[in-house]
Amino acid sequence: MNNKVLNNRAWFFVLPVLLIVLFSALLPLMTVINYSVQDTIGPNAFFWNGAGWFRDVLDPTTPIGANFAGALKRNLVFSAIILVIEVPLGIAISLCMPRKGWKVGPTLVVVALPLLIPYNVVGTIWQVFARNDIGLFGYAINALGIDYNYSLGPTSAWITVIIMDVWHWTSLVVLLCFAGLKAIPDAFYQAARIDGASRWSIFVNIELPKLRRVLVIAILLRFMASFMIYTEPFVLTGGGPGNATTFISIDLVNMALGQLLLGQSAALSLIYELIILAICWIFYTAVTHFEQREWTRE
Amino acid sequence: MPGGRITLDGIGHSYAGPGASEKDYALHPMHHVWEQGVSYALLGPSGCGKTTLLNIISGLVTPSEGRLFFGDRDVTYLPTEKRNIAQVFQFPVIYDTMTVAQNLAFPLKNRGMPADRIKIRVGEVAELLGLTGDLARRARGLTADAKQKISLGRGLVREDVSAVLFDEPLTVIDPGLKWELRSKLRQVHRALDLLMIYVTHDQVEALTFADRVVVMKDGRVLQIGTPVELFERPEHTFVGYFIGSPGMNLLAAEVKGDHARIGGQEIKLAADYASLPSNVPIQIGIRPDHAMLAPDGKGVRVRVERIDDLGRTRLARVTVDGQNLIATVPPDLAVPSGEAGVILDPRRIHVYANDRRVEGAVR
Amino acid sequence: MDKRMTEQRLSAASTVALPRNAVSAGTTDRPFAVNWRAFGLSLYLLALVLPIYWLVNMSFKSNEEINSTMTLFPHHPILTNYIHIFTDPAWYMGYVHSITYVVINVVISVVVALPAAYAFSRYRFLGDKHLFFWLLTNLMAPPAVYALPFFNLYTAVGLFDTPWAVALAHCLFNVPLAVWILEGFISGVPREIDETAQIDGYSFPHFFIKIFLPLIANGVGVAAFFCFMFSWVEMLLASTLTSVNAKPIAAVMTRTVSAAGMDWGMLAAAGVLTMIPGAIVIWFVRNHIAKGFALGRV
Repeated sequence: MNNKVLNNRAWFFVLPVLLIVLFSALLPLMTVINYSVQDTIGPNAFFWNGAGWFRDVLDPTTPIGANFAGALKRNLVFSAIILVIEVPLGIAISLCMPRKGWKVGPTLVVVALPLLIPYNVVGTIWQVFARNDIGLFGYAINALGIDYNYSLGPTSAWITVIIMDVWHWTSLVVLLCFAGLKAIPDAFYQAARIDGASRWSIFVNIELPKLRRVLVIAILLRFMASFMIYTEPFVLTGGGPGNATTFISIDLVNMALGQLLLGQSAALSLIYELIILAICWIFYTAVTHFEQREWTRE
Repeated sequence: MPGGRITLDGIGHSYAGPGASEKDYALHPMHHVWEQGVSYALLGPSGCGKTTLLNIISGLVTPSEGRLFFGDRDVTYLPTEKRNIAQVFQFPVIYDTMTVAQNLAFPLKNRGMPADRIKIRVGEVAELLGLTGDLARRARGLTADAKQKISLGRGLVREDVSAVLFDEPLTVIDPGLKWELRSKLRQVHRALDLLMIYVTHDQVEALTFADRVVVMKDGRVLQIGTPVELFERPEHTFVGYFIGSPGMNLLAAEVKGDHARIGGQEIKLAADYASLPSNVPIQIGIRPDHAMLAPDGKGVRVRVERIDDLGRTRLARVTVDGQNLIATVPPDLAVPSGEAGVILDPRRIHVYANDRRVEGAVR
Repeated sequence: MDKRMTEQRLSAASTVALPRNAVSAGTTDRPFAVNWRAFGLSLYLLALVLPIYWLVNMSFKSNEEINSTMTLFPHHPILTNYIHIFTDPAWYMGYVHSITYVVINVVISVVVALPAAYAFSRYRFLGDKHLFFWLLTNLMAPPAVYALPFFNLYTAVGLFDTPWAVALAHCLFNVPLAVWILEGFISGVPREIDETAQIDGYSFPHFFIKIFLPLIANGVGVAAFFCFMFSWVEMLLASTLTSVNAKPIAAVMTRTVSAAGMDWGMLAAAGVLTMIPGAIVIWFVRNHIAKGFALGRV
C-alpha cells in the first residue's frame, strides 16, 4: 500500500468505472432520495413532505411501519439462522473435500452448481421438490407422518426457505474455505504430525487461523445476500402463508412496483440500505479492531 | 542411547507403487547406517530424492520397499508422531495463535506431559536456542530466523528425540543471519550429541555444517564422505563436478598403464591403470587447484581463452585439444596469451571409467 | 543387531516388493478418518443433486404422470416439453435474451474494471481509498431498492425492454466486483514488470495489452466468471426492466401458470435448460475457482 506511486492521472483509468457507477448507482439513488422527501397527489404533481415518510416507516403503529418492523425482524432472524447453519456447515464440508487428484474437479463442479442457477429457478426447484403431492421432499416428510405443508404452515414455510437457502448458498462458504485450506502449505500438516497434534488440534491451531480472512468475506457476503433475499422466497411462498416469509425486499417491491407508493417505498429503501451498510461496517470494524489488538499484544 | 542410530535396510521408494520400472524410482533401494551423534548433510540438485529420503526417515512417506530401523526397532510402518525424531522444514512452521512458549510446549502437551515439567523443558530449550526473551511474545510477529528456531525448538523440546532432520532450513533466512543460525545449529549439535540430517542443495552449507556429506543424484547416493574426502577423492564425476567452485576438470582421455593421452599429448599419472574396462568412456579428473598455469613449453600445451580475476586467485580458462580446462594462475606468473602450458600434479589426477573412479595400482 | 538376521532381511527387502496394503498402513490418513470425510461429503453432494435431479426427472414426464403417481424416474419418458421449448420462439428467445444481456454485461464489466483495477493497485491518487470503498458499498445495495428507479431511468432513456437495460443495471454490482477481483490479481503481479516494460520503451496501451493482460489472464477469467454468475442468476432487475423483447428465460417460465393449472413438465424442462450454461461455465473454470476465491481482498 505504501510504496504506490502518487499519480493523479490515474483518475483517467477509473473514469469509465466512475461513469458507469454514477449512471447505474448514483442517479437512481438520487431518484430514491428525491421521492423519499416528496408526496404526490397525481401524476407529476409532487410536493415537499420532509421526513414524513421516514417517520411512517419507522413508526410501528402505522400500517407501513408495522409491515416494516415485522419484515425487519424476520430478515434479522433469517440472516442469523442462515449464518449459524451455513458457516459451520461450509467449513465442515470444505474440510471433507479432496485436495488432490481427479476427484477435485468433479466435486467442485457439483458444489458450485447451485450458485449458477437463476434465483427464480432455485425457487422453482424447491417449490416443486418440497410439495407434498408431486415433490420428493414434501412427499417423504409426510410419509414419515410429519405434518408438513409449506404453503399452509408458517413453520413449514420457514423451514423450507431456510433449507432452500442452505442448499443454495452453503457452497459459497465451502468454496471460500476450500480456497483458504488449499493455501496452507503441506509442511504445516507434517509439522503437526511430528508434534503429535490431534485432528481437532490441527483444525483449531492451523486451519481455523488461516481461514480467518476468507471467513470474514464469507460472513459478509452471506449476511448481505441473505438480508437482500427476494426472488427465491417470492417464487416459493410469495411471502406467505399470510406474511410469515415476507422479507423486506418482498415488502419493498410490493410497495414500489405493486402499489406504486413512491414516497414510502423510497424512504424504506434508504433505511434498508443504511441498515445493511451499518451492519457491514460494524462487523468489519469489529474484525479489524480485534485483529489490530491481536497484533499489538505481542 | 539405543535409538540414536538409524538403519536403512534396502529402503527405496517409487511413487508408482510396486512393479514400477527403474525410472519410476524417486529413491533407488539403498543400505546405509546413520550413526548417532554425527551430523550428515544430504546434498544434491533439486529432484534428486533427498527430501523423499528425509520424509521416509521422519515417517511422512512410507517407503515402497525396504525396512527402517531406529536402533534395533523396526519403525517402517510406525506413524510419524510415534517416532522420536524432529523435523525442521524449508519454510518456518509456527502456530500463529500461540506465543513462543506455547509453541514450544505444544508437542509436550500433545503427549500429555504434566505442566510443571513442560515449563522446565521449554525453559531449557529456549535457553539453548536463545529464545528466552521472546517466550511471552506472539510467534507470528517474529522474524524468519526466530521462527525457524521455534520450529527447531519444538523438535528438541521432546526428551526422547534422538534425531533432528532439516529440510533446507535456511532458504528463507536473510543471508546475514544464515551463518549465525547455522553456527547455532552446530552448537546445538555439540551440546545434545544428536544425529542430525540436513538436506540442502548448497554445497557451502553442506560442507560447513556436516561431519559427513551424502551426495545424491537421480535417486541414488553417489558418495558418502567427509568434506575433505569429497574434495580430494570424488568417487563419481558428478561429485567432482558438483563439489567445489569451480568443479573438477573432467577430460576425455585414453589411459594406458601410467599414462593418459589427450590429443597426442601424454600426461603422467601416479598409478598404473592396467585393467580398465573397455568400451566405456574414460575420463581423467583434476581440481583447478592442482592444475597450474605455466609458460609455454612446460607441462601440457594449452590455449588460453580467458583469465578470470577473482581477487585472491586468478583462474585461467584454457582449452586442450578442444576440451575446456580451468587452471590456477600462480600469483607471480605473467599471464601468457595464446599458447601456454599447464602443469598437472600426477598424484591429484583421478581416472574415471563410466563416471566411477578407478583405483590405480601404486608402484 | 544379529548379523545373520540383518542379512536375511536385506535379501528379503531387496527382492520382494511389499504388498500394497502394508505400504498404505502407515501413511498420512488413518483409514477411518478418510471414510467419515468421504461419507459426509457424499451426503452433502447427494443433498445438492437430489432437488436438481427431481426437476430433471419431472422434465421428462407428462403432466399426467407427474400428477398421478410418485415415481423416482420417468416411467414413460417423453421429450415433448423440450421439443415445445425449442420450437416456440416465445420460449427459446428467452434464452437468447438472457445470454445476450449476460454477455454484454460481462464484457462491459471486465473492460471498464481492468484499467480501474490497475489504477487502484498501482497508484495513489486523490480520493482513491474513498472511491474504492464507495464502489464496494454498491455490492451491498439490495436490487429491490433499485428496481423502481431503474425502471424509471431506463424508460426515460429509451432502453426499457432491451438487453442493454439489464446489462447496464447489472453493472451496479458487477463492476465493483470485477474491480475488486482484478485488483487482487493485479497486486499479485510484481511492479518490476511494469517498470521493465517502461524501460524497454513499450507504450502504455501496448504494454497493457501485450504483456500485462496475459499475466493476469487467470484473474480476467475469474472476474468474467463471477460477472457471468451474478448476471445470469439475478432475476428481480432482469424481469423488472423487460417486458417482451428482452424477457429473460427465467421470467418466461412464469408463463406456465395458466387458467388450466400448472404445466409442471414445461416448467421443469425450462428450469433444467437454465442450469446448463452455468454448468458448462463451471466445468471450464473448475481449476481456477479455488484460486479466484482466495485472491479477492477485503
